[in-house]
Amino acid sequence: MKIFKIFFAVFMLASISFVGCKPKDSTVQKNITDKFSANPDCAGAIATVDDGVATLTGEVKDEMCKNTAETTAKNVKGVKSVVNNLTIAPPPSAPVTVSPDNNLNQGVIDATKDFPDVKATVQDGEITLTGSIKRSDLTKLMQSLNSLNPKKINNQLTIK
Amino acid sequence: MSALQDKYKSLIDAAKSSGINNLQVSDQGNVLHISGDAPNGQTKDKLWDIYGKIDPDYRTGDLILDVNVSATAGTKAKVTTDSTNLNIRKGPGTDQPIVGKAAHGETVTVQNQTNDQWWLIKTDSGVEGYAYAQYLSPQ
Repeated sequence: MKIFKIFFAVFMLASISFVGCKPKDSTVQKNITDKFSANPDCAGAIATVDDGVATLTGEVKDEMCKNTAETTAKNVKGVKSVVNNLTIAPPPSAPVTVSPDNNLNQGVIDATKDFPDVKATVQDGEITLTGSIKRSDLTKLMQSLNSLNPKKINNQLTIK
Repeated sequence: MSALQDKYKSLIDAAKSSGINNLQVSDQGNVLHISGDAPNGQTKDKLWDIYGKIDPDYRTGDLILDVNVSATAGTKAKVTTDSTNLNIRKGPGTDQPIVGKAAHGETVTVQNQTNDQWWLIKTDSGVEGYAYAQYLSPQ
């Protein structure tokens, strides 16, 4: 029986010391945060730790960054599991490519062909309209010109 | 949200809710560019209607509404000239020779969309060539 008691005592001691070794949530959270700030891939990720469970929130660049942040958090001592609630930032909208002037010039000729009183000039991606047009034709002309994708349309038409 | 996006908010909202594909909204040097593919002519017209209400006669010059109707090969399209015949040309441009005509109201078949301005079409009588897309309304 004595040997069992000794075993029991050793076991109890061991478990107490393990509990004693367990890092505090706030320490774990700080360690994750430090790791995140050291890695640009983890930019935007925020960790909160509760009872060893790390929850990741915020917006990161892409799927790879999302996984990197999760792995990084998992490898921090004291993290039992990771809840990955990171979102991925939408891609930046592509800059508009404005049509070159020679394309615009040809397009403007086609678009104004049926409106002989309209004069259109192209300069640095901008179309300037002078002359006159019937009100009922205005939208049709503007639709044609907009679909040429110029930088800007300066409408100085007299509308009859 | 920029001041321009605010000004054209109802237009952007309508574009978002009416099934415009590849919708892009971006500010480019004091001009807002809205581009995308409209599912049909009515949707495009609806957006232009809203544009005309926000900026009567399109005077301000702070918006490019580059929304075009997409039609796949084989789509039937109606000729929507005011009253005249629609020229069918050998190539995509008004400098190209005329190879035939489609009557106002006639239905033609879209062969492909060469660009936003010119579509390759074929009439029921067999004439094939390029026509100005502004005067074609996919059915």
